[in-house]
Amino acid sequence: MMLSKGLKRKREEEQEKETLAADAWWLDPSLPAAAQAPPAAASSSLFDLSVLKLHHSLRQGEPDLRHLVLVVNTLRRIQASMAPEPTLPPVPSPPAAPCVADSLLASSDAALSASMASLLEDLSHIEGLSQAPQPLVDEGPPGRPTGGSPASLGALDLLGPATGCLLDDELEGLFEDIDTSMYDSELWAPVSEGLKPGPEDGPGKEEALELDEAELDYLLDVLVGTQALERPPGPGR
Amino acid sequence: MLLSLPALHLQTSEYHPLFQLPHGRLGPWCSPTGSPAPLSCETGCGEGSWILVCRLLVPTQVSLLSMEEDIDTRKINNSFLRDHSYATEADIISTVEFNHTGELLATGDKGGRVVIFQREQESKNQVHRRGEYNVYSTFQSHEPEFDYLKSLEIEEKINKIRWLPQQNAAYFLLSTNDKTVKLWKVSERDKRPEGYNLKDEEGRLRDPATITTLRVPVLRPMDLMVEATPRRVFANAHTYHINSISVNSDYETYMSADDLRINLWNFEITNQSFNIVDIKPANMEELTEVITAAEFHPHHCNSFVYSSSKGTIRLCDMRASALCDRHSKFFEEPEDPSNRSFFSEIISSISDVKFSHSGRYIMTRDYLTVKVWDLNMENRPIETYQVHDYLRSKLCSLYENDCIFDKFECVWNGSDSVIMTGSYNNFFRMFDRNTKRDVTLEASRENSKPRAILKPRKVCVGGKRRKDEISVDSLDFSKKILHTAWHPSENIIAVAATNNLYIFQDKVN
Repeated sequence: MMLSKGLKRKREEEQEKETLAADAWWLDPSLPAAAQAPPAAASSSLFDLSVLKLHHSLRQGEPDLRHLVLVVNTLRRIQASMAPEPTLPPVPSPPAAPCVADSLLASSDAALSASMASLLEDLSHIEGLSQAPQPLVDEGPPGRPTGGSPASLGALDLLGPATGCLLDDELEGLFEDIDTSMYDSELWAPVSEGLKPGPEDGPGKEEALELDEAELDYLLDVLVGTQALERPPGPGR
Repeated sequence: MLLSLPALHLQTSEYHPLFQLPHGRLGPWCSPTGSPAPLSCETGCGEGSWILVCRLLVPTQVSLLSMEEDIDTRKINNSFLRDHSYATEADIISTVEFNHTGELLATGDKGGRVVIFQREQESKNQVHRRGEYNVYSTFQSHEPEFDYLKSLEIEEKINKIRWLPQQNAAYFLLSTNDKTVKLWKVSERDKRPEGYNLKDEEGRLRDPATITTLRVPVLRPMDLMVEATPRRVFANAHTYHINSISVNSDYETYMSADDLRINLWNFEITNQSFNIVDIKPANMEELTEVITAAEFHPHHCNSFVYSSSKGTIRLCDMRASALCDRHSKFFEEPEDPSNRSFFSEIISSISDVKFSHSGRYIMTRDYLTVKVWDLNMENRPIETYQVHDYLRSKLCSLYENDCIFDKFECVWNGSDSVIMTGSYNNFFRMFDRNTKRDVTLEASRENSKPRAILKPRKVCVGGKRRKDEISVDSLDFSKKILHTAWHPSENIIAVAATNNLYIFQDKVN
């Protein structure tokens, strides 16, 4: 954030490269944004950022409608310009629970939240993901970064971890009686400070957990060319 | 010294040290003949030099006093607040507005307070003090509320203030937060009755048996007291956040606009309003556009405009139908393909729309530019001014830190020849429509001594940075000038920078 005079924002080198690439790319007048696919890293960081903003906005008691609409429209633009990956294996169990999100958000502005939840559903439909609902326990603790998503899960686990952060703490309480012992194995023990043990999406996550979050992002980007979705920090963080 | 303390004290004229005007010294913006511009709004900004008249801080402590007490607020402002030296987030100024004569200047802040400043009266002995503003009245307009149904807190922040034209001795203004509009009456009392028969001088009742003579109470002068009373409260008409209010030229009605709807009110009726624009889609999933600002035509009471987040302006005629969902005119500039990016829509979102005083033009502010439109030409603006084009290459970062969503306002001068708007780093910009000259000035304590001529600033966009230039990366994006106001007939401007209100005027010889 460009705050104080003379103080440059410190960034990780990777991110800086990405952002610089992003800046350079979309500035190029010969590359209209919608016409040409930008470097995956650049659009992915923009996409992640937009999703982050969207969820942050939705989590407000009364979201700023203008901010929300502008972010959603920007998100649509970014998505429209990104080429979908045809070679991805079908998603085993994509986390998606718009109906649950709906009901949980019903306490706030029902119309708005329901529409936004279905908007998210709509966005994920664009990417052709199957929408098999998943037990919410798979969301895991909010603080867990989904850098652990394996590449095989597909391009956009939009609704999964994303929806997870939409759900407030009541969610945890609701599903306390679910037996999660099958997920609580040593494989899921934290290997770094940022990771917490907990249920996750699929066996592919094993190896991911042994890597640092940032390394994993980079690795996935390089290997598959899809963006790794970062789970926004939950309330506990 | 005006700027010595970071204190929340109010500088009134008595505390302003005498500063000599730099006679004969000309700023870079004086006319070529070398004589400073006359104090007339016809000259425009390019010909004048701007000097700081006073810097005012919103007096937090005054609001703690009960308005029912018989206290002279002017006396308080002179002496009471000197020792308080903190500024809170509640003091951030959120709106600034001159009244129709320019005699009064109102500010609203995040804490729901309204502070009204009054211009110093001209006097022969202190002619150079003219142009200074002192606190006239302070009151708590809106309180934080809690919507129990939605479990949401309603902010008390004052989004807009609009004055009504003066029709009698009292002043009236509208102030609004996100949900409720209020009509306030501000009036003076400078006499009080004395010589009651049944009460003594302190107000205690006298025993009638002790009264032997009768006298007629007389009105005696007292220290001036300014009181503000809420005369009307217009509530429960907006589901979404109110972003604009505008008084109609018939002075009987006004409108309030939120993200999706615009309502028409009669000043006398608080339990009813007419919905005149509704862009809420039947299916909220289809929502792609919101209303960002609205204003009545200055002369035609049937016309108004509203702007949108997609960079369009619609002119509506209330005579055409009760619900003005169909516009009379639609103003939109085609997108420049060479400037296209993911952020095109966000930066095209209009944050403010203002009719010119003549009613012939409208001015719109989007993130990077100010545009002037002729009402007779819908397909493109007649003038476009770059406010801070050097930010175009930084849009990604500005999106990240949400600065790209900042809503800057814009204002016309009295003769519609100059337009002004704010930027970052406490910079604000003026554009002379006739000479096509523009200037960047700074509103900050470090850089302005009272009565000294403001030095134009320049942002270095690349290559070698000259001595007085500031590089783009050094700009402070937390210091934004979102709200400014221009005196209706003179070259006096008010610039709000966080919790500071700067008043500048064109230099007088």
